[in-house]
Amino acid sequence: MQPEDLEALRRTYWRENRRWMLILGTVWFLVSLGCGVLWVEPLNDFQLGGFKLGFWFAQQGAIYVFIILIFVYARLMARLEQRLGLEEPGE
Amino acid sequence: MTLTETTYWVVGATFAVYILIAIRSRAGTTQEFYVAGKGIHPVANGMATAADWMSAASFISMAGLIGLSYNGYGGSVFLMGWTGGYVLLAMLIAPYLRKYGKFTVPEFIGDRYYSDTARVVAVICLIICSVTYVIGQMKGIGVAFSRFLETDYETGLFSGMVIVFFYAVLGGMKGITYTQIAQFCVLIFAYTVPAIFISLQLTGQPIPQLGLGSTLADGTYLLQKLDQTLLDLGFQEYTTSVRGSTLNMAAFTASLMIGTAGLPHVIIRFFTVPTVSAARTSAGWALVFIAILYTTAPAVAAMARLNIMQTLQPEPNQHLAIEERPEWFRNWERTGLLGIDDKNGDGHIQYSADPDTNELVMLDNDILVLANPEIAQLPHWVIALVAAGGLAAALSTAAGLLLAISSAISHDLLKRTFMPHISERQELMASRVAMAGAVLGAGYLGLNPPGFAAGTVALAFGLAASSLFPALFLGIFSKRVTREGAILGMLAGLGVTLAYVFQHKGIMFIPGTGFLGDMPPNWFLGIEPNAFGVVGALVNFTVTLAVTYMTAPPPAAVQQLVEEIRVPVSLEPR
Repeated sequence: MQPEDLEALRRTYWRENRRWMLILGTVWFLVSLGCGVLWVEPLNDFQLGGFKLGFWFAQQGAIYVFIILIFVYARLMARLEQRLGLEEPGE
Repeated sequence: MTLTETTYWVVGATFAVYILIAIRSRAGTTQEFYVAGKGIHPVANGMATAADWMSAASFISMAGLIGLSYNGYGGSVFLMGWTGGYVLLAMLIAPYLRKYGKFTVPEFIGDRYYSDTARVVAVICLIICSVTYVIGQMKGIGVAFSRFLETDYETGLFSGMVIVFFYAVLGGMKGITYTQIAQFCVLIFAYTVPAIFISLQLTGQPIPQLGLGSTLADGTYLLQKLDQTLLDLGFQEYTTSVRGSTLNMAAFTASLMIGTAGLPHVIIRFFTVPTVSAARTSAGWALVFIAILYTTAPAVAAMARLNIMQTLQPEPNQHLAIEERPEWFRNWERTGLLGIDDKNGDGHIQYSADPDTNELVMLDNDILVLANPEIAQLPHWVIALVAAGGLAAALSTAAGLLLAISSAISHDLLKRTFMPHISERQELMASRVAMAGAVLGAGYLGLNPPGFAAGTVALAFGLAASSLFPALFLGIFSKRVTREGAILGMLAGLGVTLAYVFQHKGIMFIPGTGFLGDMPPNWFLGIEPNAFGVVGALVNFTVTLAVTYMTAPPPAAVQQLVEEIRVPVSLEPR
């Protein structure tokens, strides 16, 4: 590949990566500092089984969403790398 | 068999496993000693990271902090803060530092900021946060031994040191990784078994996470009952009591999250996996394994609190007679974790929020986890398991921290800064000597805890958040940030956070030297010292960027390095 093609490849990869980080990072912020702290009072008006909803987010829900976010990010990046031919040789 | 004998057998068996692993996984090269040869499977590394991360504090104290000191909802800062950091780690830090592919965190900072000064500043930050952290673990080992095995504190601490010495000095990261995997299994089993039993007894639901939202035998929801019982005794409601203010809760959570993503002993665990994408999935697995404990802890907190209150006050206005108090109550009174004082002399224990009439004068946070199996009347082997689990949590975290400290000394200070000409064999020897020195130093500090040990959490997370995280983040996401910016930024973040903690908690935490007193009215915007890391991080970012734009851009080779670590494979023109 020519140096300018490589440069374009780098740029595409980094732009897509930053886009996913921004989207997933927003979700990360909304479930933890949003639902768990800032909006906990209005959310507590709703019940989830025996939990007040805001309390549930703060003590369990946010953690479940964190796990999903990391695996979704890992998956998205693997697909991006496959699409751009940037997979690492397996070891 | 008596309880102490059972405990000796269970703890002895786990220690035998750790030693066996140590003998089988000796490190032969510096690569094996520092990063376990980069051949660890991502799921295995996830498990080791979980054990590395979950300390004596997570295992023994966290449920009590949530259930007692922070009265329920306020304790959520620990739950969200100590897990949410992994999302930052997986997206912003771990993959790029794995691509960088060397051995330590200060090494990256030194190379990226093309400066030995930056490397040394990073080593100092690393040593301050890791040393304060490791003191807590050594104390945890001593306390666990003395409570469960009835040895004295010193003997307990010494036994723990011998075990860590054995596998950390011989095996380095390789030995530590395999022992941490074993330690994770021990600690997670020990934590969940009593929780499952207690959940079954209270709600009939075997999964504690669901049990917390289930109904009790009388048909009311557990949390509703807990809220009502606390209100009746004059406490705040469990599910809504905020810690300080909403801003303080947000700052506390954010500080713990950012601190988590900046702690070197956690970051170096991701240097041990074979690829960049393995570093991402490994962070996910680490969080899965951590979440098993972190979603069980709030259930333990609420259930054990309710259990204790129902023991003391089975029906409204019916108080437990002092003569009739159960066996476990007497046992834990002897350790000083529980204490009663019959102030009105009626022979009954009145527990309430009012300090003038409350007769349960001592109720230590740790009691919630430690006494849990006895309160639930579980068999001896479960109680013994809790002892082994607490020790596993303390040993695994101590070993990870000691590796971070010793590799910073042997690799960053010796090899990269002061003695660049030593051979690989000499460096491996130096790293073993540094490890041995770190173990002895930590043991000494565990025996003679300095005054500042009390502020462990504030200092370790505050420093990681305010000094290391911004330097790492900007080093990856900006090609423009300069060495002057990064060095001054780290020092400013460090300085502001230290000054704030010291001014409220005392200089080096010596009581009485705090010039503004530990007084909420004097807190900046109502933010407590433990939650100040995020402010320090903002100061660091501001100073770094301001200085950067006043200084010349980094050399081309450094900008090239940043380009290289951003992509998972090396892109050379062919």
